[in-house]
Amino acid sequence: MTDGIAVELRDVVKRFGDVTAVDHVSMPIRDGEFFSMLGPSGCGKTTSLRMIAGFERPTHGEIYLHNKPISNTPPFQRNVNTVFQSYALFPHMTVAQNVGFGLEMKKVARDEIRRRVGEALDMVQLSGYDDRRPRQLSGGQQQRVALARALINRPDVLLLDEPLGALDQKLRKEMQLELKRLQEQVGITFIFVTHDQEEALTMSDRIAVMNAGKVLQVGTPTEIYERPNNRFCADFIGETNFISGKVVEADATGAAVKTADGLVVRGQHVRPIQLGEHVVVSIRPEKARLLPADDANTLPVNARPFPVTVERVAYIGSDTRIEVRLGAQQAFHVWEQNARSTLDRSEYWQQGEQGLLWWPTENALVLTE
Amino acid sequence: MIEAQSQTQPQAAAPVRTTDRRRNWRTALLGTHSVLTFIFLYAPIFILVLFSFTKDSFGVRWTGFTLDWYVRLLDDSRLLGAALNTLEVAVISTVVSTIIGTLTALAMERYRFRGRTGFDALLYLPIVIPEIVMALALLAFFSFSLGIVEALTGQPMRFSLVTVTISHIAFSISFVVVVVRTSLKGFDQRLEEAAQDLGANEWQTFRHITLPLILPGIIGGALLAFTLSLDDFVISFFTTGPGVSLLPVEVYGQVKRAITPKINAISTVMLVLSMTLVFLSQFVQQRRQ
Amino acid sequence: MAVDTVSSSEQRGTGLMGMLRRSARLRLGLLIFPGLLWLVLFFALPLLVIVLYSVLTPGPRGGVLFTFTLNNYVELFTQDLYVNAYVRSVWIGVVTTLLCLLISYPLALYIVQQSPRWRSVLLFLILIPFWTNFLVRTYAWMLILSNNGILNSLIQAVGLPRQTLLNTTGAVVVGLIYGELPFMVLPIYASLDRFDFTLMEAAADLGANRTRAFLRVMLPLTMPGVAAGSVLVFVPTVGQFVVSDLLGGAKVDMLGNLLQRLFTRSNPPNWPLGSAMALVFMAVLTIGVVLYFRKTAEAEA
Repeated sequence: MTDGIAVELRDVVKRFGDVTAVDHVSMPIRDGEFFSMLGPSGCGKTTSLRMIAGFERPTHGEIYLHNKPISNTPPFQRNVNTVFQSYALFPHMTVAQNVGFGLEMKKVARDEIRRRVGEALDMVQLSGYDDRRPRQLSGGQQQRVALARALINRPDVLLLDEPLGALDQKLRKEMQLELKRLQEQVGITFIFVTHDQEEALTMSDRIAVMNAGKVLQVGTPTEIYERPNNRFCADFIGETNFISGKVVEADATGAAVKTADGLVVRGQHVRPIQLGEHVVVSIRPEKARLLPADDANTLPVNARPFPVTVERVAYIGSDTRIEVRLGAQQAFHVWEQNARSTLDRSEYWQQGEQGLLWWPTENALVLTE
Repeated sequence: MIEAQSQTQPQAAAPVRTTDRRRNWRTALLGTHSVLTFIFLYAPIFILVLFSFTKDSFGVRWTGFTLDWYVRLLDDSRLLGAALNTLEVAVISTVVSTIIGTLTALAMERYRFRGRTGFDALLYLPIVIPEIVMALALLAFFSFSLGIVEALTGQPMRFSLVTVTISHIAFSISFVVVVVRTSLKGFDQRLEEAAQDLGANEWQTFRHITLPLILPGIIGGALLAFTLSLDDFVISFFTTGPGVSLLPVEVYGQVKRAITPKINAISTVMLVLSMTLVFLSQFVQQRRQ
Repeated sequence: MAVDTVSSSEQRGTGLMGMLRRSARLRLGLLIFPGLLWLVLFFALPLLVIVLYSVLTPGPRGGVLFTFTLNNYVELFTQDLYVNAYVRSVWIGVVTTLLCLLISYPLALYIVQQSPRWRSVLLFLILIPFWTNFLVRTYAWMLILSNNGILNSLIQAVGLPRQTLLNTTGAVVVGLIYGELPFMVLPIYASLDRFDFTLMEAAADLGANRTRAFLRVMLPLTMPGVAAGSVLVFVPTVGQFVVSDLLGGAKVDMLGNLLQRLFTRSNPPNWPLGSAMALVFMAVLTIGVVLYFRKTAEAEA
């Protein structure tokens, strides 16, 4: 079923007392895709995941698994498995017993269980760990056991609740690659919850950005990063510069925005806007350019660069992050790759230097608040 | 229960290890005090056991070794009968109070409901109330209600092992609840979710996951209830009836009448039994971990 | 799909399982019911009976007459016998608690400074006597303190005259300390376990000698343990009757002894008076404990 819908939430609402954790969320998740729900703590992503797993029931709305409504089905009757944030391995059982638990509940024959447990442990590269206990394993190993325990049941969908949160940086990056590889190998739909946007961008086929119980945008990593459709999404994913102002010119694709300082900034818009509207222009730091004044002739003919003063410079090694003062009060960040290996100080921006700030109009997005 | 708490706390600060000579002097002082305290704690027990083997019929001097007193125990049908009764009451009260206590602990730890604080207070009362007050209250209550039953049915009702057992259960429940609740507090409910996620229904989850993991707590509670019942004196004293005796009550009676090494002997037997139980419970707990 | 193969009755939720699954209230009710029933019937109700009896008149042959009277309470507060017993009991309670505290704190401090393995061993050693029969252990003290007992033998061996050790208030206190020590040691130990010893180093760094550091830093921060231990010792001590009976004889009359007498050994027994006495005892105890907790809470704040 290459264009089937694995899981769909239709207008789902979840309330806990007076708190609305999930606020009219609708999301179709396709078969075989690696789908992430991304957002800050409390945005409703974990609650949504738990509703798909069956640990919470929607207050309103319905959840479908391969087009069958499952809100009234208890978790042990859904063909969905979860990898918990804390792994939730059974401490009184061995690794093999943990991994085989789901099969044991389905009353699969013992030899069959043993065989499939062997395969599952193989798949997560933990062969031979059958008789260990969870407390004897490292965090990364426990996580792989949790994965094996879920995948062995061949679920329709695998749910992962911030599974990499407890791992250190290096291990996290390794596991990200491994999870992605595993998903491609097994072909099951993965629904992944995280608050780490870099993680979501790296691993996902599609991302749903959530905040305060609502889904703000759903799209591929590229779509989310390059075309956020509101301020929150632009802010939450990656870094960006925001310039606020009122629309003074607008046509089919572009607009000019005038700030309180009197600066006029241009960009493209993703939805229709009106003259006089309060908007914010988003320019990502890697997409702007800072030029020395005498390089002005390298810019396109109708470019209108801004004269700026360099306030702060941070040398990161692979790139340099420069903060400039735009206009009277606006702080603006520019990231430049250090493409040339040189120790010549004049090649690097210094504090107090004057320069020209410019970006191609299509690199700036005009967004509503 | 207190033991369990101190064992599950993480070590906050490293012990004060010092190489400073002056501070070593202080530690030595503390150490001496501790040794003396332990001697204070164990000497009476040691003396008691020792003097169960003396030939002196007053049991206060050492005049020679003999096992006579233990032999005489076997002939004392009253004591043996009392011992059997005590065991019977202990077993029944343990089983009932452990079951009731576990159910109650599950309720208190897993549910919110109106009147929960009130019920919590009711649960703690038997633990903090002075034993004698509870004993007298039960005495009055039984006398009162047995009197009513007698008036209604015309059958004579008496205090018996039944009244004692009921009373033991009444105070044991609270202790079992405390122990099992401590065990439940350390239990991660995500494990139950994981089990259900993997296909176990409610009963399977309870049987394969919850029960095995809270079993040490339940066993701990049961052992506590058993020991409390075996060793109980005050409440048993006031709730037994004529012709029915329990071991501690018997011993008390004999002590008031005359002190002989026979009492030492039966006391030693009781001590050995208690200590065996303690070691057993420790052993079970260690194995589980 | 797995969903299809589940039995239909589970899906529809009929029968007992279904009802239990749907209703959290039903599940809660079943769990709570046995405990609630037992405690109300065999604990709360007996206490109510005592309350009732305390305002009734004693019957001629030991029962009660259903005549309302406050006489019992009057008698309690006016008769010397009873007032003395209260005062003596509270006094012995206070002395016992203080002595237990003085013995337990250093002991707990010592234990907390040992390696984890030794700590478990030492704590276990303290607990073992707790698990054994209280009566038996009190009896052991009878042996030690009697006129022909070990202590007297030692005293005479040194050349001093034989002392009367048994049937004194001192004997009772010793017996009480002996029984209650674990209850003081464990809470203090728990508090010390949580205590951050680097605070003592900080105090020293700021110029406090050991005594001042102890009084201003360690003691206040371990107050919860001290308070808990004190309550755990004080309450049962005041209500004692076994120790005062065996080690104090008729010379040391505590509340417990009086209560026992009123309920069982008097001729005729006077239950109403005994009930009133028990209630006043509980009331005094509760007020005392509440006040004590208020004071220690204030001290912390």
